[in-house]
Parts: sequence; C-alpha cells; structure tokens
Amino acid sequence: MNRAEILAAVTAVFRDVLDDARIVLGENTTAADVADWDSLTHIQLVVAVEKRFGIRFGSREIQSWATVGEMLNSIVAKVK
Amino acid sequence: MQPVRVALLGDTATQWLAQAIRGAGYERTLDLRLWEADFSQIGQQVYDPGSALYASDPQVVILYQSTQKLLRAFDVLEPGSRRGLAEGRLAQVDGFRSAIRERSTASILYFNYPEIDDGVFGNYANKTDSSFLFQLRKLNYELMRYAADQGGFHIVDLAVLQQQVGRPVFFRSPVYVNTDMDISIEALPVVAEATASLIGALHGRMRKCLVLDLDNTLWGGVIGDDGVDRIEIGTLGIGKAFTDLQYWALKLRQRGILLAVCSKNTEAVARQPFDSHPDMVLRMEDLAAFEANWDNKVDNIRRIGATLNVGLDSMVFLDDNPFERNMVREALPEVLVPELPDDPAEYLEYLYPLHLFETVSLSGEDEERTKMYRRERDRNAERLSYADEEAYLASLNMGSRVEPFNGFNGPRVAQLSQRSNQFNLRTVRYTDEEISAMAGSPEIFTFSFTLEDRFGDNGIIGVVILRKETGEALFIDSWFMSCRVLRRGMENFTLNTVAGFARNKGFRYLSGEYLPTARNGMVSEHYPSLGFREESGRWVLDLEAYETRPTAVHRIE
Repeated sequence: MNRAEILAAVTAVFRDVLDDARIVLGENTTAADVADWDSLTHIQLVVAVEKRFGIRFGSREIQSWATVGEMLNSIVAKVK
Repeated sequence: MQPVRVALLGDTATQWLAQAIRGAGYERTLDLRLWEADFSQIGQQVYDPGSALYASDPQVVILYQSTQKLLRAFDVLEPGSRRGLAEGRLAQVDGFRSAIRERSTASILYFNYPEIDDGVFGNYANKTDSSFLFQLRKLNYELMRYAADQGGFHIVDLAVLQQQVGRPVFFRSPVYVNTDMDISIEALPVVAEATASLIGALHGRMRKCLVLDLDNTLWGGVIGDDGVDRIEIGTLGIGKAFTDLQYWALKLRQRGILLAVCSKNTEAVARQPFDSHPDMVLRMEDLAAFEANWDNKVDNIRRIGATLNVGLDSMVFLDDNPFERNMVREALPEVLVPELPDDPAEYLEYLYPLHLFETVSLSGEDEERTKMYRRERDRNAERLSYADEEAYLASLNMGSRVEPFNGFNGPRVAQLSQRSNQFNLRTVRYTDEEISAMAGSPEIFTFSFTLEDRFGDNGIIGVVILRKETGEALFIDSWFMSCRVLRRGMENFTLNTVAGFARNKGFRYLSGEYLPTARNGMVSEHYPSLGFREESGRWVLDLEAYETRPTAVHRIE
C-alpha cells in the first residue's frame, strides 16, 4: 500500500465511523477541520484504523498526531 | 419499545459505555433513557438529595467503579493499611447503596472488579492478604455475599466477562492512558449486553423454558437409525460432550427453568433413552413437556407454549440442525434460537456467555416448578373424565391462603410481578425493594394468594395491590395471577376477598383499569366479566351492591 492508498483507506474509515460521506482528508487536515472529530470519537477512529490495517498504536502515538499526515506516518511505519 | 430510565455513574470515562448500553437495550426492545453523571461524581450525586441523579428519577442506577482506580487507591495506601482495602471499599459501596435506597426505589447494578495481578508478590500473592490480588478477590467475593443479602442490589459480573474475552481484549492500556476509558471498545458490546440483559430481567424479560432437540443435540447419533444402545452419551464416542450438556440442562431445571423436548421422531422411540439408557442424565420426570412426532417444529413449539402456559418470548430453542433453527427463527421470532457450533464439544462454552437465563430473583418455588407443571398435566387429564367443570373443581378441594406482603412472600411476589405477562391488568413491574416498601404504607393494601388442592401446593399464584384514592374508593393498582391457575375459580375468590376487605374498611367503590400490552389480551374483558361498570375510562365496582361470587376455592386461615 502506498501513502495515497492508505490515505484513501483512512478516509473511508473516517466516513464510516463518523457516518459522513462528505469527509475529505488531506495530509494537513486537523481535528478542527472535521465535524464530530473530537476527543471522544478520536478513540473510536483510532480503534477502527487499527482494525482496518491490523496494527496497534502506542499511547504516545495516539496523543502525538496534530494532522492526518502524522497519523499516516505512524500507519506507514507499521504496515511495511 | 419499553422505556426505562437508567442512571450511569462511574469513576472513569463512561460516555462510550453509556452508548453501548443504550444500543444493547435497543436490540432487546428496551428504550434505555440514560442519564449520565459527570466524570467521577458518584459520591456527590448519591449523597446530595437534591442532585441531578435523583431529579432524573431513575428506575435503574448503575455504579461503575473501575479496577484501575481501585489499584491506584491501593497503591497510595501505606503498606500496613493495604489489607483493609476490600473492607474499606465495601463500606463505601454500602454507603452508596443506603443513600440511594433512602431516596429512590431504583434497582442498583454494581459492576464488580476484573482481575489485575500487579505481579508484586508473584504467586505468593495468594498467601498474602496485603497483596492487591488478595484484596481484589476478597472484594469480589464479599460483594457476592453483600448482594445476596440486599434486595434491589445486583452485581454485573465484569470479572467473568474479562475472563471470557481475555484481558488483552478487555483492557487496552494505551487507550486507558489517553482517555481514562478502562473497557476497550471491543469489550464494550459484551459489557453492555450483560448490563442490558440484567436490566431486561428487572423489567420482566426472562426466559423460563429451554426447548431441546434430541438427535445430535441431547445425544450423539440418530436414535431411530442407531438404536438406544448405540447413541453417543456417557463414554461412547464423543458422549462426554452430550453428558455435559445434559448436566447443564439438569442444573437449569433444578433452578426452575422448564425443560421441554421437541424432536422429529416416533414418540415411543424418542422416549427410550430417558426411560432405559443407564448413562442418560435427564429422565422423563425432568421434562415438563415432550413433543416427539413428525409435525414441523414451529407447530410443536407453539404447542409446548400452550401446554406449559409460557409465552414464546420466554423460550430458548436448542437444535443442531441449521434448517430447523432458521425455520423456528423465521416463523417465531420471539423464540431465542442460539446458533450452535458445528462441533457438539463446543456447545457449552458457546452457550455459557449468552446470558440466556438472567434473573433478578429466585424463590424456593423455582425448584418445584417442573413438578407443578406435571401436576397440572395430571389435573388436565382428570378434568377430561368429569362430566362437568363444576363437579371437577369441587372435587379438587381447593384452598387459598391470603396474606399481606411480608418478608417471606415478598421475593415471590416480586418475582411474579416481573414474570406475569398474560394475566396482568396493568403490567406494572415491582422489584423486591418496592414490594417491601409497600408493606409499611398506610395508603396501600396488599394481598398475596396461594392455591393448594389435593394434587399439591401451587404456592403464591395471585397478587392484588390496592391504593387509597379517596376516602370512598380504592384503586386496583395491580392484579396479576399465574396462568397455571386459570379457570379454577381464583378470579372470583380473589374479588370476594378484596371486595370484602374494602367493605369492612368502610370503602364504597373499587376501581380498576386494563392497560393493554402485546401479551395480556386474555384479561381485556376481566373487569366487565366480574360485574364492574365503565365510568369515565375506569372500571368501577359498587361495593354496597356487591354479591359474593361463586367459587370452589375456600379460604385457609
């Protein structure tokens, strides 16, 4: 999976979890840009992304992402 | 959807738990209206009579104190005080419970503690009362003893749920560290399911009857082909799997669940193992109903329901054959039909966690229930031989003991309140706590009725609760009876008793109300048939004009 494919897959997860087909994610998207992405749904998204890629994030990673791009970095590092 | 007001108070983040519980309720057609306390507000909410908790007027209060927080409470104790952890927590729980009980009749659900071994003492923790593991297990044990003594206080067994799904699934530390949520998202549905099934049981959603297929469900092989000495049970083949299942069914029967057989077989052949196979655990006397024939199972299950007077929504059906399962599921969606695994060895481990037979009260009579149903069959058989109904009823020599609610009959009254669906005029469910609270009220008059006859004692089978409305009128808040005693003259006896009581107390009217549900159609004409007149939406009985109604039941003093 290349980075663009991962972004597309993550976008699909977000659309599914937040139940909003209009969500478009980019490298620089932050939580503030996506309706309903708050501290509560964040953990749901994290678990859904973990499940989608068959990976697990560490506690520091979960806290560290400021943008979708940073989340992608974590995923890319684990799926390789 | 049946609405239930539920309050959830926890010392960790509970938002997801609240959602999951609501969802699990939805699946069993319970509209759980959740009021959620702010984070870690248990004490403040519980001890303040003016708190939002009490303003929400909950019917169920869920208290969730997490193991993680318990561990931290343990960590900060001086080593010398750690052996008091369980007792301290228990005292706190008792404080919560009493405070809630003073201000509310809500049932309390308390989550017990999933095990954490902090590894400090290794296996030696089992010998060390100042170890966390020692205190935690002690606490869980003491909570069981505490709950056993307290009506209206129930444990949701989180410890067992964690054991079933495994700690790595149940608890995700990165998530906990980040969010203070100590049940993982994967485990939430399991916890919610256990909680909702208990709330369901509090509101009458209980399964009373286990319907069993025979070939390859209760024993291995096909009795019609293999013969009675070749079926797998006991030591033959994989017989152990079936023996285990039979012991499980027997334990359910001993607890008060009715067992019924529903099998495509020739009846005489199907009976053989129960009568003569030395390794069979279940015998004919364990079975309340036996339908072995070549009709389809949907008809047979309906017939079992009619024979035993239990609703389809009180039944669980076990069958190894996917075709039969699907047919029953489709035709009778109220019947719960677990999807059994292919391998009989896996039946039990699959069935254990399904919360099939949740309950919130047990009475001594539960163990007797199969016997009572069998006696009922005897009575029905004899009924046929009498020329007319009256002569038959007179021959039964029926007597009823009438008592107000007290400590002895309270649990059975509460149980009947939770379980009676058909003969129930208003279907108001009362818990143990509410029943015992009524005993002391000057505004409320309570009656429990037993029924015995020459075949045996049915125990408590009827309940009436009267509320003072005016100086002249009593309102029949509840009238429910066990369907076992229909057409025995108990309705007339009950009304004679209640009307006589009211008249002696100087009241002039009894008024009643029929609130229809999906299940209580049989009593829609109850009040008019007993001589009540309709008056502005209520049924009213003039006590001065009341004439004692005929009944073969006499009062036992």
